[in-house]
Amino acid sequence: MEYRHVPSVCTYCGVGCGLFLEVLDGQAVGTYPDPSHPVSEGHLCIKGWNAAGFVHHAGRLKTPLIRKEGVLVEASWDEALDLVARELKRIRDDAGPDALAFLCSAKATNEANYVLQKLARAVIGTNNVDHCARL
Amino acid sequence: MDQESLVQALRKAVQELMPQVDGVIALRRVGDAAAAHLYQPGDDLSDLTVAAQFPLPTSVRLIQARYPDKTFGVVVRGCDERQLIELAKRQQINLERLRLIGVACNAEQAQGCKCDLPFPSKLDFGEAVDGVPQDFLDEFLAKSRQERLEFWKHAFSKCLKCYGCRNICPECFCKQCVLEEGLWVKTGAVPPPFPMFHLIRAMHTIGKCIACGECERTCPADIPLTLLYKLLRRDVESVFGYHAGADPNEAPLMDSTIFLADMELLRPSQKG
Repeated sequence: MEYRHVPSVCTYCGVGCGLFLEVLDGQAVGTYPDPSHPVSEGHLCIKGWNAAGFVHHAGRLKTPLIRKEGVLVEASWDEALDLVARELKRIRDDAGPDALAFLCSAKATNEANYVLQKLARAVIGTNNVDHCARL
Repeated sequence: MDQESLVQALRKAVQELMPQVDGVIALRRVGDAAAAHLYQPGDDLSDLTVAAQFPLPTSVRLIQARYPDKTFGVVVRGCDERQLIELAKRQQINLERLRLIGVACNAEQAQGCKCDLPFPSKLDFGEAVDGVPQDFLDEFLAKSRQERLEFWKHAFSKCLKCYGCRNICPECFCKQCVLEEGLWVKTGAVPPPFPMFHLIRAMHTIGKCIACGECERTCPADIPLTLLYKLLRRDVESVFGYHAGADPNEAPLMDSTIFLADMELLRPSQKG
């Protein structure tokens, strides 16, 4: 038997509203806005209010998946990352750096986004860098 | 009694109650705020606290729905006690399986909520302070009808339809909420067409609403919801002589015959 609130930050956009995850017997069942948060001041938008909904969703990925002969099969991280690196290199060599584009994310940290665009520009050699909110 | 002494005394009382119950639901310090927590026998109580905010009865309802056969102590403020009573009238809370410890809010806390009854009827800790004068209600009613209509049109036009008011309200427990029905509140329209969303919710909560103010405090658009709900609560009192949360034995305002088929809709839900 367990009921508690865990302070956290909403994952849905770059504002980063403070919220408490409501946890009942080990499951995140809801959210409550953190009244002391300097940015969100006890408010949440509709996404923040529903931010606990995906935590235990059956559709969440648990392992990397690779499409083999048209079917998605479970793979290891090493296998998946090796494939990505191989394919990025192959496409850049065959079709040029601008055949690739990189999407950063408002949910990631500035530091993670910086590294991704560095990969795009310095390693691959393309300026095709954009952001998930532009979709 | 200063706040620190109050909290110390409260923790001691919870500790003493613990052997008689399966757990105690109270506010706990979380970050710089407070949120409901289920303390169990053997738990450290040093972060148990009191605060003006947090819709505690929602947590009680959730926990009771999951553990209907257990008995829980609950630390209640005035608002909590009154909300629990109204929830009990609608089969959402089992008062017989709760042991209430009543705590009064201090003047500063009462001011923050504009509360006119900042203590429960069963008061165990803290001193009952005077309620905050509600002059702002009459000041508002002194405006002309046209002014008041424009006021609400403007207020509701800021609505983002975040459902925060509905989500945070301890008295909003319906598994299927009418505010999500396209027939009554046009889907995909922000702000929702005047005045459907706000007045439907207001009509659905009268008799249950004790004007705790959580809806207004969480509204990101600063809609003066407490003004609306306090005006309606006052109307309910003067027109029907009904005081929400006052008497657990008084039949709820919108009393009606419930058929067996409808009982399914009233069973305590896990969430929502």
